[in-house]
Amino acid sequence: MFGSLTNFESLFDELRRMEQDMDELFGRWAAPAGIRSVSRGAFPPTNIGATANTVDVYLFAPGLDPKGINLSIQQNLLLVSGERRLPVEEKATYYRQERFGGEFRRVITLPEDVKADRVEAKYRDGILQISLQRNEAARPRQIQVR
Amino acid sequence: MSDKQDIATRPSSDVQQKEPDAGRGAGVVLRPPADVFEDADGITLNLDMPGVSKERLSVQTDNNSLTIEGDVQIAMPEGMEALYAEVHSTHYRRSFTLSGELEPEKAEANLKDGVLTLRIPKRSELRPRRIEVRAV
Repeated sequence: MFGSLTNFESLFDELRRMEQDMDELFGRWAAPAGIRSVSRGAFPPTNIGATANTVDVYLFAPGLDPKGINLSIQQNLLLVSGERRLPVEEKATYYRQERFGGEFRRVITLPEDVKADRVEAKYRDGILQISLQRNEAARPRQIQVR
Repeated sequence: MSDKQDIATRPSSDVQQKEPDAGRGAGVVLRPPADVFEDADGITLNLDMPGVSKERLSVQTDNNSLTIEGDVQIAMPEGMEALYAEVHSTHYRRSFTLSGELEPEKAEANLKDGVLTLRIPKRSELRPRRIEVRAV
């Protein structure tokens, strides 16, 4: 029922190539951005995939306490916020501090046909996966030819 | 992504170094962000590697170098289409060079919720010692 690893990679890599093609075609700044879209590089990095029945959001959010993650949905806007506390060793000498620390908040625009009351979220190995059911009316339907 | 970094060298200017675009397309490698700090007993590394489980993590040391690799495993429904992506690869890799006073064979690794903590102790004879000043 679940695809393999390579699928995930090739799937999102394909999208990246498409984006690059778009960039090359239109130039990086020409494409209009969604009014609620955020710049790339925000925490947590996000991938979104969809099937006919579900929309799945993958948030790459390592080292969080799942109880401290606030998730809410309003129509097709998914709101995720929380705080990542990185303890600092007072007596140590730091050479690199590249990891994200502090409060975060992201608003993710989903396809309009998601059902806000049919949501499941799980946290595993630092990835928060949110599965949302889609409206049946929006699913592609087979039309019988008589 | 071939350059190794000295484990105890502060990056020159920017903390968030951009990975030079390692050949667009196939074989993209994610460079996990790292915190590195040193205290009297050793060096500790914290790396963010979300999606990596213990079974898919590898930490190797040889000839004074340290290489950390991991693969992301995500359950994905069949027939999924990508709508949006900021993470384009499932493979993490990062290397560091070690210095002689460290004992990588005694390193301890711990992976929790996608965060790898690696503790490399210093050779006990090389740890800083407190010198007592005696009153004459």
